[in-house]
Amino acid sequence: MDISFEHVSYTYQPGSPFEYRALHDVSFSIPSGSFVAIIGHTGSGKSTLLQHLNGLLVPTSGTVTIGDYRLKADEKNKQLRKLREKVGVVFQYPEHQLFEETVAKDIAFGPENFGVDAKEIDKRTKEAIRATKLPEELLERSPFDLSGGQMRRVAISGVLAMNPEVLVLDEPTAGLDPSGQREIMDMFYDLHHEKQLTTVLVTHSMEDALAYADHIIILNEGEVYMEGPPLDIFQHQDKLEKVQLDVPEVIEFVTKAKHKLGIELDYTGQSVAELAKDLAQKVRGGRDHE
Amino acid sequence: MNSSMVIGQYVPGDSVVHRIDPRAKIAVIFFFVIIVFFANSVMSYGLLTLFAVASAASSKVPLPFIMKGLKPVWFLIIFTFLLHLFVTRQGEVLFSLFGWDIYEEGVIQGAVLSLRFFLLILVTSLLTLTTTPIEITDAIEELLGPLKKVRFPVHELALMMSISLRFIPTLMQETEKISKAQASRGVDFRTGSFKDRIQAIVPLLVPLFVSAFKRAEELAMAMEARGYQGGEGRTKLRELKLGKRDFILFAVFLLLVVGLFVTRN
Repeated sequence: MDISFEHVSYTYQPGSPFEYRALHDVSFSIPSGSFVAIIGHTGSGKSTLLQHLNGLLVPTSGTVTIGDYRLKADEKNKQLRKLREKVGVVFQYPEHQLFEETVAKDIAFGPENFGVDAKEIDKRTKEAIRATKLPEELLERSPFDLSGGQMRRVAISGVLAMNPEVLVLDEPTAGLDPSGQREIMDMFYDLHHEKQLTTVLVTHSMEDALAYADHIIILNEGEVYMEGPPLDIFQHQDKLEKVQLDVPEVIEFVTKAKHKLGIELDYTGQSVAELAKDLAQKVRGGRDHE
Repeated sequence: MNSSMVIGQYVPGDSVVHRIDPRAKIAVIFFFVIIVFFANSVMSYGLLTLFAVASAASSKVPLPFIMKGLKPVWFLIIFTFLLHLFVTRQGEVLFSLFGWDIYEEGVIQGAVLSLRFFLLILVTSLLTLTTTPIEITDAIEELLGPLKKVRFPVHELALMMSISLRFIPTLMQETEKISKAQASRGVDFRTGSFKDRIQAIVPLLVPLFVSAFKRAEELAMAMEARGYQGGEGRTKLRELKLGKRDFILFAVFLLLVVGLFVTRN
């Protein structure tokens, strides 16, 4: 589903002494099927923006359009439930939302609320648990007996079982060990392609943004600060540093090789180690010619 | 998000009333609540009202906040007034309303009781409006101090109070977070039948309890790890000290008490 924000502003508790403007005149559009990373510091408005994607918040002014659904100030959208079925949100630390007696029941909770029939739920549950690489034996266990990592996967399965067309991920790997982080992100990436989802990833990690996203939106103090494809964004190191964001190590490596050694490395998603080999080869290659 | 979120009704400020020692405030309010019942003449009620209104004014708490605190009891005040107005049958008949006799004594009783109510609520809400919950807890711990002699766990009680106060905002945030997560999974907290709505609370309460227990366990462990062992020999970060303004308050209050008994019938 196409997503677009037009001059969206959001203010918390307007008119009270605690008034706080979280978003200011935010406009961008996300074409259907793209993988977008939203990056910004704490307090940049990421979470507020995210909650507009399934109508948890409605803009104070401006319009949010998600597929056929439109969210606008003072306009009651009666199809919120339908919108929420189409837009799956994986919140930060999603394992905190588990509550059922068994894993299977918890995964089924979302689809049940949206009125999916039992047979279909059963099928989706199995699919979801396979996607998150959990053993099927866990289905009858209590989610509270599982390890933290497994709980996270159960919670993610619960969102996947809703069969959403848009997947919104709020720091889905926070607090996981490095291998768990990669596994989860790779899983989302595979799903994104397999099911042609539109994925919105909210993250702190420039590395993840570079590795998975095809478009980056950088928020700063509630406004869109930069926007573009990752490789373009990371060309502007100065501008990024102004809002305390780092360029991924690999990109820094490529840029330094160019400026200090005069060697152009072609970045196509290699790791630093692989790039170092490329560099070594180029240096050696240069000598061979002499 | 709401880092400025306030627990209870506390309105930050720097007025005289804000700076009075919380123990002094609690003690004065405690005795004020008692002496309100001793007033029985127009003058004595006038004195009490003057004291209450003057305190409210010098607290510099904006009027809307004070009114908000009184809101839930307006109904009770008006109800008390009307009840006495219609039910009391003493004194002379003043006039008839829809065939119902209104007695002189009824008007007086109604007015007096409503005024009492109003004074009590005003003064006690002034305490919560100008004193942070933590200050109140500290003051209660100090005031209950003597009970330690009879092995009453004063420190533990105060600790429990301050821990609960500390975690109210945390739990509120947690509630908001979980209710949003469940709303995203299709739970509707707002519409539907009463039964549906009660059922919608389960997915909210279970995770909330789980996390509260987890938090409690973690807190207990952290306290033990830092060698916490109760109140014995423990010093305080915020030491309460009676100052000049507290003694002035006592003096004013004493004058009020004397004045009250002089003007009493």
